[in-house]
Amino acid sequence: MQDHWLARDSSIRLLWRGFIVVLALTVLAEFFVSQHPHFRVESVPGFGAWYGFLACAGLILFAKGLAMFLKRPDTYYEKGERDG
Amino acid sequence: MASAFLHPGLLVVVAGFALALLGGRARAAVALLAPLAALYLILVAPTGVAWSGSWLGFEVKPLAYDPLSRMFGVVFAIMAFAGALFALNQKSRLELPAAFVYAGSAIGAVLAGDLVTLFVCWELMAVGSTLVIWTAGSVTAYRASLRYMAIHLLGGVLLFAGIAGHVAATGSTGFDRMALESPAHWLILAGFLVNAGAPPLSAWLPDAYPEASWSGMVFLSAFTTKTAVYVLLRGFPGTELLIWVGLIMVFYGIVYALLENDMRRILAYSIVNQVGFMVVGIGIGTEMALNGAAAHAFTHIIYKALLLMSAGSVLYATQRRKCTDLGGLFRTMPLTAVCGTIGALAISSFPLTSGFVSKSMISQAAGDEHLLWVWLALAAATAGVFLHAGIKFPWFVFFQKDSGLRPDEPPLNMRLAMLLFAALCIGLGIFYQPLYALLPFSTDYVPYTGSHVVVQLELLLFSGLAFFVMLPMLQRTLTITLDVDWFYRRIAPALVGAGALALRAMGETLGAARDGGVRRIEAAAHALHGPQAILARTWTTGGMAMWAALLLGAYLVVFYL
Repeated sequence: MQDHWLARDSSIRLLWRGFIVVLALTVLAEFFVSQHPHFRVESVPGFGAWYGFLACAGLILFAKGLAMFLKRPDTYYEKGERDG
Repeated sequence: MASAFLHPGLLVVVAGFALALLGGRARAAVALLAPLAALYLILVAPTGVAWSGSWLGFEVKPLAYDPLSRMFGVVFAIMAFAGALFALNQKSRLELPAAFVYAGSAIGAVLAGDLVTLFVCWELMAVGSTLVIWTAGSVTAYRASLRYMAIHLLGGVLLFAGIAGHVAATGSTGFDRMALESPAHWLILAGFLVNAGAPPLSAWLPDAYPEASWSGMVFLSAFTTKTAVYVLLRGFPGTELLIWVGLIMVFYGIVYALLENDMRRILAYSIVNQVGFMVVGIGIGTEMALNGAAAHAFTHIIYKALLLMSAGSVLYATQRRKCTDLGGLFRTMPLTAVCGTIGALAISSFPLTSGFVSKSMISQAAGDEHLLWVWLALAAATAGVFLHAGIKFPWFVFFQKDSGLRPDEPPLNMRLAMLLFAALCIGLGIFYQPLYALLPFSTDYVPYTGSHVVVQLELLLFSGLAFFVMLPMLQRTLTITLDVDWFYRRIAPALVGAGALALRAMGETLGAARDGGVRRIEAAAHALHGPQAILARTWTTGGMAMWAALLLGAYLVVFYL
């Protein structure tokens, strides 16, 4: 039996292509809307795009760094509290 | 008018007690009609004080309406209705009554016109919500409910001390805007912030809420933190400290949710994140910012409940809660997946969803005030919300790998509750005027401008790109991330344990010393009084006569001296 169409490799490739086209369109759309920026940085082309990407990459890296110190097995509290 | 003598909060609480006794259709009817009746009362009541009197020598106004309290009352009543619809098939007979006491006291708290009534409702909420967690029935839920209660009793003590100080200093129980110039007001602020999930005690929320049942957490997500937002809006608008507190909450929620594996704990961290946006708005304090905070509380209650309903449906259908066990559920639970995704889009403030029309007001306010760093942080956090809740939750639960699970959709009442809230998430995103009409300040803000929409889409879609590009770093593992609760779950018990050991060692030393002492006294007594000892021997008659003669002789001598 064939899996759901969403789970097929061909559909996933298609979704990726569609996604990249949409990404490009949102950046291009900037040139067709009137801007009323509050701050200078907002006027840099593609501000939302690069800022959103970098912010997320930064958050993921920060989270991974924090995890090096604070990550524990998810049974961590069970033992102590079962005895207690 | 009925609205003058009927208290909507009290109505819901009384309905809760009735629910504990009723069964069958009568139970369902009361559960659905009581919140609707409360909603009607809140909508038709005239602005002003409806109930007033004096209690224990204090001026109290247990029922007072103004635009802000009405707005929160409306959304709480809607929430109670949808939550009841979702929970109708809950087997626990006590959860819904507890949830109604909780919801009713939350309505009471926002309709309270004075600090005394507010405090009473505040504590009733703590009791009701603890019972909701308790009724999940597991040992872990019981332990979590005790930790939850301890934190909220602490918050209650802070609040009580603050209110007592405020009343002593001003002689007034009125709940008005406060300035942070007396210890009493700091205590009140601290009490409010504990319930908002603010640092350093944010951990109570992701610790306790996900231990509730599949339906219990839907109620829990709505009332406690949003009542805190309401009281901060009323008591501390424009307090700059709140901007920084809010920003910490925003990023704390994102970072911890990114590392989390339990689907409902992801959503719990995201509550702290979303309340953080509201707290920032309250800190900015302009009319636009306060409107944004209030609107965001309104829309957040609905989309967060929708997200938790879809997570609750998955938990109900699969009995699993970890992302590592889930995945691929869209095949057999398409409706749940679609509703969950709509909630995820709304929390990410996608254009045409409710989150967009509310959150953009807070960013707009930061821009209007020229707070560049706050505005940049909010923009980064907006992208981060899509990352940790908007994509992560639906992706790991409904898509990613095929877990092999093929659960059915949940029962009709649960599906209807999800459909209702999904419709509201989109409806409020398109027809936002009724929501704006409920706001505390009148506004002509227009959320849908070309540049707003384009910048928001860029932020969100490129956040999505970052998610999929960095997906290997986001794969879930069977881990938790330590939080401040580590201090009271690990360090404090360890200290108490060490203290107990030290006491036991001391007790043993003392016991040994005591035993040694007793033995010495025994030996001495034995030497004098034992069977062969000097005082226990039988004496000869001659010896007796000699001692008697000696005593008499001594007496004679003493007599003549």
